[in-house]
Amino acid sequence: MIPPKFDYHAPKSVAEAVALLGSLGSEAKLLAGGHSLLPMMKLRFAQPAHLVDLNGIADLRGICLDGDTVVIGAMTVENELIASDLLRERVPLLGEAARLIADPQVRNRGTIGGDIAHGDPGNDHPALSLVCDAQFVLQGPNGRRTVAANGFFLGTYMTQLEESEVMVAIRVPSFAKGTGWAYEKLKRKTGDWATAGCAVVLRQSGGVVTHVRIGLTNLAQTALRAEEAEQCLLNQPFNEAAVKRAVAAAMAITDPAEDLRGDVEYKRAMAGVMVQRALNNAWARSA
Amino acid sequence: MAKKLINVTVNGKSEERAVEPRTLLVHFLREDLHLTGAHIGCETSHCGACTVDLDGQSVKSCTHLAVQCDGSQVTTVEGLADKGVLHAVQEGFYKEHGLQCGFCTPGMLVRAYRFLQENPNPSEDEIRVGMSGNLCRCTGYQNIVKAVQYAARKLQSATAA
Repeated sequence: MIPPKFDYHAPKSVAEAVALLGSLGSEAKLLAGGHSLLPMMKLRFAQPAHLVDLNGIADLRGICLDGDTVVIGAMTVENELIASDLLRERVPLLGEAARLIADPQVRNRGTIGGDIAHGDPGNDHPALSLVCDAQFVLQGPNGRRTVAANGFFLGTYMTQLEESEVMVAIRVPSFAKGTGWAYEKLKRKTGDWATAGCAVVLRQSGGVVTHVRIGLTNLAQTALRAEEAEQCLLNQPFNEAAVKRAVAAAMAITDPAEDLRGDVEYKRAMAGVMVQRALNNAWARSA
Repeated sequence: MAKKLINVTVNGKSEERAVEPRTLLVHFLREDLHLTGAHIGCETSHCGACTVDLDGQSVKSCTHLAVQCDGSQVTTVEGLADKGVLHAVQEGFYKEHGLQCGFCTPGMLVRAYRFLQENPNPSEDEIRVGMSGNLCRCTGYQNIVKAVQYAARKLQSATAA
C-alpha cells in the first residue's frame, strides 16, 4: 500500500510550521511519528494534499523542568519517555506506561504529542494526561495558549487543537511526595490497543484518600476521566467497599464499541477489572 | 507533487535519488536500490518484517517516508555480513534454527543487531520484550530467542577477546 500523492514540507521552526498551516489551510496535515497518519493515508481514510513534517524542529523534542512542572516537547518519542531520569523522578507514571505502548520500533517514532493530538480513544496518553492534570501548550497564528487535558478531548479524532495550531509541549506537574500511580492495560498482544485501560494517580493521609484521579482508555468515544468514581474515594478511608463503589461508578460511564477485542459487556467488565487493579496498585505505592 | 532529491547512506554507500514524497522507505530500498532484504508484510507497522536500522535506531520502514531520510544512515540485512562472513546474529539464527519459512528473518536479524547493542547481555525476558515488535508465524519464537542468546554470547566473547 502506498499513500496518495501529497506535497511534503519540512519546516525548521514552530513559527514556520504555523505559517505553512496558515497558507495551506485545511488541505494540510501535521506529520509527527506517522504511525497513525501514514497507515490511515494508505487506506485512504486520510488524503491530505500537504504534509507538514514536524520531525526537523529540534525545539519540539526533549524533557525539562520549569519550576515544579515537567515540560515534555510534543515531538518527544515514547522511548525517550522511558529513558528519561527526570521523568522517572518526577512523573514516573509516564515512562512506565510508555512501555505498554506499541513495540520497541514504533516507540522510536511515536510521539507523545501525536498520540494526544490525534484524538484516537485507543491511544494511551489522553487518559494518562487526564490523571496527571496535564496541560497542553498550543501555538497558532495568534501566539500560544495553554489548555487543560480535562476538556481537550471532544470526540473521536476531535480535540480542541485547531487546524491552524501546532501542539508544542505537554506540561505535567511533578508528583507530590507519597503519590501512588498505576496504569493497567489489557491487550491481546504487544502493539495492540487496549481492550480496556485505566490510569490512576492518588495520594493519602493516614489511610484516607486526599487526591485521586481515574482515567479510562478505549472505553468510549474519547478517553474519560471517571469523576463520579473519584468521588466514591475522595476523603474516605481506602477499603474494599470504597473500591467496589468506585469500580461500579467507573463502569457506569463507559460506552465501549464492540470490535474484535470483545463485545460491549466484556469490555465493560474488563474496565472494572482494570480500575480495581489500578486503584489497588496505586494505593500500595502511595504513602 | 514534485520529486525531492535525497541522499541516504545505505550499508555504507552514499545513494542519491529523486523520490516522490509518498515513497515509503521500504519501497525506496526495494525498488530504487534493489535491496529486497527488508520485506513488506503487514504494511501497518505491526509485523516488523520491514525493520531496518535508521541512524542507530530500529524502525519499521513501511511506516517511514524515504524523503524523511535525507542525510541519514540506513543499515539493512544486506549490510550485516562483513566480506562474506556472517554477522553473529546471522550465525545465531543459522546455528539455532531460528527460522523456518524465512519471511520474518531479515527484520528479526536487523532488530537483533540493534537490540544487542542496546542491551549486550540480556535475560530471556528482555530478549522477548526487545524482539516483541517482530512477528514470526512459524517458529513459536523459542529458537529465535536461542539465536539471539547465541549471538549475545558470541559478541560478548569477541568483546572480551
